[in-house]
Amino acid sequence: MLDVSLRHDFGGFSLDAHFRAPAGVTVLFGRSGSGKTTIVNAVAGLLMPDAGRIAANDWVLLDTDAGIRLRPHRRRLGYIFQEGRLFPHLTVRQNLAYGAWFAPKDAAREDMGKVVELLGIGHLLDRRPGALSGGEKSRVAIGRALLSAPRLILADEPLAALDEARKAEILPYFERLRDEVSVPILYVSHSASEVARLATTVVALDAGRVVAQGPAAEILGDPAVLPTGAREAGAVLTARVARHHDDGLSELDAGGIPLFLPRLAQVPGSTLRIRIAAHDVILSRTRPEGLSALNILPGTIRDIRPGEGPGAIVALDTDAGRVLARITRRSATALGLEAGARVYAIIKTVSVAASDIGSGSTG
Amino acid sequence: MTDWLGPEEWRAVALSLRVSFWATLASLPFGIFIAYALARWSFPGKQILNGLVHLPLILPPVVTGYLLLLLLGTRGPIGGILADWGIVFAFRWTGAAVAAAVMAFPLMVRAIRLSIEAVDPKLEQASATLGASPGWVFLTVTLPMALPGIVAGTILAFAKAMGEFGATITFVSNIPGQTRTIPSAIYAFLQVPGGEGSAMKLVIVSIVVAMGALFLSEVIGRRVAARVGGA
Repeated sequence: MLDVSLRHDFGGFSLDAHFRAPAGVTVLFGRSGSGKTTIVNAVAGLLMPDAGRIAANDWVLLDTDAGIRLRPHRRRLGYIFQEGRLFPHLTVRQNLAYGAWFAPKDAAREDMGKVVELLGIGHLLDRRPGALSGGEKSRVAIGRALLSAPRLILADEPLAALDEARKAEILPYFERLRDEVSVPILYVSHSASEVARLATTVVALDAGRVVAQGPAAEILGDPAVLPTGAREAGAVLTARVARHHDDGLSELDAGGIPLFLPRLAQVPGSTLRIRIAAHDVILSRTRPEGLSALNILPGTIRDIRPGEGPGAIVALDTDAGRVLARITRRSATALGLEAGARVYAIIKTVSVAASDIGSGSTG
Repeated sequence: MTDWLGPEEWRAVALSLRVSFWATLASLPFGIFIAYALARWSFPGKQILNGLVHLPLILPPVVTGYLLLLLLGTRGPIGGILADWGIVFAFRWTGAAVAAAVMAFPLMVRAIRLSIEAVDPKLEQASATLGASPGWVFLTVTLPMALPGIVAGTILAFAKAMGEFGATITFVSNIPGQTRTIPSAIYAFLQVPGGEGSAMKLVIVSIVVAMGALFLSEVIGRRVAARVGGA
């Protein structure tokens, strides 16, 4: 459990944030300029805040009231930087071993062979960073942080510098990190799909303040909290792969409701988290007939939040979980939508992007 | 080589090599320290330190030599104290080394400072987050990454020390075997009739050493840069 409480003013920007990060991946989520990187740098000790307290369980990294300000090298954190920041004069193997060299001899540490295997970088060990591709550098940077025997891993938008294909390549490694490594991870992102796939806990930030924090499904499904705006809104469902059909579709079971998605790679029985973008959801008052869309989720409206402009975000509770729909205010009025009304959410099979489907549950 | 050079010429060459070697080696740690301070720290008097370091580059060498004589001479404020401990620079080869070191220092610091400034502080931060204390950050990241500049600065300083004349002759005079380095020897040979032949031999040695130093710094610099740059 990481406890963070920070106050810092600089250049007209004021940060005043308090949050707790339990085990798993805690994503600091918000637009650029909301203070995410400032918080991570304060946790790492690269930035000294005006006031605050940072403690991981009983390990106090910073307590300005008590006069404790640990230097970065005493904090035992694995920081994965956006640009990788690998040491160009060292080989990949030396980069990976660098942190372990400074870690206390009795520190619980990951096995080099296991990490190399997890990240698929065995063939790169004798190369230097200058000869690696962007995705390879990212994986080595993850390994280097992991092997420094950290008490906490920090990741500052580690995928932001990569193209879509590379992101798709690296995200599964973070999922494995979350599921296979016990070290808590503090992860900065402004990408809704990264949050949906990785987050155990979401801390939503806006203009230097924490606007909401809690379990990922709860925060992402709350129309009052849209840290990156209505345009990117989308709820996360947990579903189990039921079977693969011969016509190229996979059938999933989400709380008893069947969902059909384009063929997935995961084996039947595996649990997935699926982000349903709010703008891909259509609402209907009656169960639609003669419609090409395969996924129809009956539910009850919980809340309607008018957005700026002509749109509104409707949150509904279904047996599969919370679903958000982005519709026009005109439609909401025409359909007589209000809290408590029964509606059907319709999701086109092909509209769920592969990048919005990740392993693991949101629970 | 010993046949081609007469004993007196050979003595000047050997002395020059010894003076330059020790001048360069002894000033290197100070050079790295001051270059690092100028590149990375901000402190009061930074511009004054920078000016002092560069002064020998701009002052007439004779002035620098005379100032050294005033400071480090046996009756000077520093030289007097050192003389009590048995350390004497005036009119000794060690004094020639001091003069060469002072004159070569700005070139050394300049090259090293530039290469330290080129090391991305973000890499030093990364090193700190991985548990390296400031000393280890310097030894494992800053220093190896600045190595091409340090090598270049060292060789440049050595070549400059080999050629130092004005400050040396003012500070420690022109004593054969003690302070008569190659440039002083050339000067001395040209003062006596029939000395042109010996002077010319030392001129050739000077050119060879200078060219060799440049070539060496080029080769080493390229090799180190390739190692640091990856591939």
